[in-house]
Amino acid sequence: MATGDLALGLEQGELSARQRVVNDFSINVATVNGSGSQSANSVLLKSIFGMGVPVSGKNLFPSNIAGLPTWFTIRASKDGYVARKRGTEILISLNADTAQEDTMSLPIGGVAIYEEKLNLSQYRDDVVFYPVPLDKITAAVCPEAKLRKLVRNMVYVGVVAQILQIDLGVVESGLRKQFAKKQKVFDLNYGAVKAGFDYAQTTFTKQDPYFIEKMDQTAGKIIIDGNAACGMGAVFAGVTVVAWYPITPSTSVVEATTDLLKKFRVTPEGKATFAVVQAEDELAAIGMVLGAGWAGARSMTATSGPGISLMAEFTGLGYFAEIPGVIFDVQRTGPATGMPTRTSQADLLSTAFLSHGDTKNVVLLPGSVKECFELGCEAFDLAERLQTPVFVLSDLDLGMNNWMSDPFVYPEKPQDRGKVLTKEDLDRLGGFARYRDVDGDAIGWRTLPGTLHPKAAYFTRGSGHNDAAGYTEKPEEYIGIMERLSRKFENARKLVPGPITVSDGKSKIGFLAYGSTDFALIESLDQIKQKYGKSLDYMRIRAYPFAHEIHDFVASHERVYVVEQNRDAQLASLLKLDLPADQVVKLRSILHYNGLPIDALTITEEFATKEGL
Amino acid sequence: MATATPTPKVNRIGLPVLEYKGGKSTLCAGCGHNAISERIIDAMFEMGVEPERVIKMSGIGCSSKSPAYFMSRSHSFNSVHGRMPSVTSGAVLANRTVMALGVSGDGDTASIGIGQFVHLMRRNLPMIYIIEDNGVYGLTKGQFSATADLGSKLKTGVINDLPAIDTCALAIQLGATFVGRSFSGDKKQLLSMLKAAIAHKGTVMLDVISPCVTFNDHEGSTKSYKFLQENDEPINEIGFVDSFDDIEVDYDSGQVYDVQMHDGSNLRLRKLLEDYDPTNKAEAVRTLMEAAERDEVLTGIFYLDTQKPTFVDQLNMVDEPLATLPQSVTRPPKSALDSLMDSLR
Repeated sequence: MATGDLALGLEQGELSARQRVVNDFSINVATVNGSGSQSANSVLLKSIFGMGVPVSGKNLFPSNIAGLPTWFTIRASKDGYVARKRGTEILISLNADTAQEDTMSLPIGGVAIYEEKLNLSQYRDDVVFYPVPLDKITAAVCPEAKLRKLVRNMVYVGVVAQILQIDLGVVESGLRKQFAKKQKVFDLNYGAVKAGFDYAQTTFTKQDPYFIEKMDQTAGKIIIDGNAACGMGAVFAGVTVVAWYPITPSTSVVEATTDLLKKFRVTPEGKATFAVVQAEDELAAIGMVLGAGWAGARSMTATSGPGISLMAEFTGLGYFAEIPGVIFDVQRTGPATGMPTRTSQADLLSTAFLSHGDTKNVVLLPGSVKECFELGCEAFDLAERLQTPVFVLSDLDLGMNNWMSDPFVYPEKPQDRGKVLTKEDLDRLGGFARYRDVDGDAIGWRTLPGTLHPKAAYFTRGSGHNDAAGYTEKPEEYIGIMERLSRKFENARKLVPGPITVSDGKSKIGFLAYGSTDFALIESLDQIKQKYGKSLDYMRIRAYPFAHEIHDFVASHERVYVVEQNRDAQLASLLKLDLPADQVVKLRSILHYNGLPIDALTITEEFATKEGL
Repeated sequence: MATATPTPKVNRIGLPVLEYKGGKSTLCAGCGHNAISERIIDAMFEMGVEPERVIKMSGIGCSSKSPAYFMSRSHSFNSVHGRMPSVTSGAVLANRTVMALGVSGDGDTASIGIGQFVHLMRRNLPMIYIIEDNGVYGLTKGQFSATADLGSKLKTGVINDLPAIDTCALAIQLGATFVGRSFSGDKKQLLSMLKAAIAHKGTVMLDVISPCVTFNDHEGSTKSYKFLQENDEPINEIGFVDSFDDIEVDYDSGQVYDVQMHDGSNLRLRKLLEDYDPTNKAEAVRTLMEAAERDEVLTGIFYLDTQKPTFVDQLNMVDEPLATLPQSVTRPPKSALDSLMDSLR
């Protein structure tokens, strides 16, 4: 492998003046939606990962099938930061429509690798230009014209690998994994990578300071997107009924779930131990989920904002009639259609209170792909234990982007199927009252349809009912049910995943956040420490209703910054409803809601401004 | 004094008809829906269906309240307006061993619920779907529904100037495999139809005209008792022979159409219309449309297909209820997760 050998003498002299930048920069691949660059970008990402360097990838794509600009950003970070970073140092430019703008956004001393016809050097002269005749190289290694559009992307992978000095062997093994059983496809793609690599090696003299050098920070780790992790969580929870309606960015949750079900949940006789239904809309999807949950199945759907709105009426039925079901909400921007391919955390209030009347819902808040798996799995236990719909709030950034993670841990805790009476129980008890709190946990016992006992049946309804499930309009019976539901929700504080104390140095100022905001916030806390010498506390919230530790955290700090990705400070609002009046005044908000994932500098700067630093 | 208490008549599973009764109806006296509830009780009793195997599903409206008035030993779910099909679909997928009986109304089906109705019919989910059809909204005190006939008149004098949706024609076109229409006042026809429905596997769609005695049983209404008694034209006479019963019905063989049902029972349709073939979709729809043009209400079984796979068949599910599969079946082993983790490194 000849990587890194090129003209070291002369170049190093030049570079040392400008300081080498190793394993700490971002690459921006500017391309056109539908051009098939996804696997090339994935190979590039996995090659850096394969070099042992912490890496993250973000796909910034339009709501469009083909033709509009799309950007894929890869961040290599020796310090392990995986949040979005403002600005990228290296541009791979393949889209004429955005070429000028993309070039102008590079920092001084940045790098532009591009299809030579784009002639980017006309725009400025303070960045390093590597023009590549991608089409010519592609034509030479790919005789079949039809495939050239795809193979062309692999050529730039080779060029980038050579320029950044990524080990070609690592690229090769990543590629081999990607095309595991397709030798011909591998050969074609690797041929393109190699051609790009060779072209760069023979043509360019390295003039930029950016290098990928081997580290050991990714050993044992995996790369996965949050949606696949949610699907995996559902499958290892033992989901049996899945009903859904396609919507960006949640579609791949169900696709991943379905693939895994087909792989692991077919009997030796070829029969499915599951049912997946693509429903006619989200109304039907949630209706099926509740019908299945009522009949005793572990059921789920996955959706995003507009789907959540459509599921409102049924969610209230699930809450009031006490029916389990799991709803994955991969948040995108709203209101209305909003920006379907941009991220946000703006569904917290709508899911927590989804439906009319006094409806309150349990909402789980995974903050990593690992938690997408863990909380995705736990949601099913909670739904059946609490007999209520449970929401799992992910977002587009977490759900559709690739994240490094420790491997997921197999759930050793047995499934909690909740309080269900069998025929034998009924033989012993002689009967039951569906909504009566006999155990003091505010949860009644239920029976499943098909239980062969004459006293098993009860009447499920969304209308007023008493604790024996009979129709009622009596004030005291209605209040009895509503107060028990309230107690049940109160008890849920202790059952839902507790918060994670990320840092607690007993500082006066604390931070609260949830979900994908975590990635930027941990980086920001380091920035604040470096810049202002302040080590600040941070607690990450993982569920609503809020655990008592969250109250304690607020109580033990003078000021608490709530960082979140929406305009209306939804998490802070929800906390204000929950906290004692004297604690509410402590809350401050740092908000980010432009559709891009939040970055650390935004938090650091906003914090500094608010603190007058 | 040895007066022998008369032993109540029991069905083939040893239950008296009393065990199929429900709570006291709170619908208006004389409501057609109550008559339908009675026929459901009779049919389930006579067919010897285990009440615990039945789930009674409904949406919202007068019709949707009626599951409370029959079969108290069956689980029941009064869901949200127009969405009973989805809830039922989920329940049947969770437990394929139950028999789903859905009761809906004309508003619940043809207006707010038309979307779910349409897709339910396409899927051929095994269930019986009954529309208790009075062409009017009762609980909100008498507005037209989408099955009200063009030109039909409300009590208040308002005339319906929009065409009616023919739920039977729609169901046939969309893929339901047992489609019929009856009249709540026709005990014999409705009972036979319901018994055949119980024997069928697939979606049974029965539109049962059920006059609303309070808001739609007056002159000018096309869903009144009087109008139906004058304009109801059966297309076939229905004879149903249980698989466990070997009484032969006696029909003129030149005019009968025999269908072997899924459970081995036998449905015999005596044709009243010449050349009527209940397995021919196009003819069924044509017959319905022509009758509508003549202002006639056709009743009978319009379409039957005992061969089409049900939704449950298509999903190729295991025989046991998915709901109660043990963890050993539903949670893949640790080795599965390990191999997935390896593939992501």
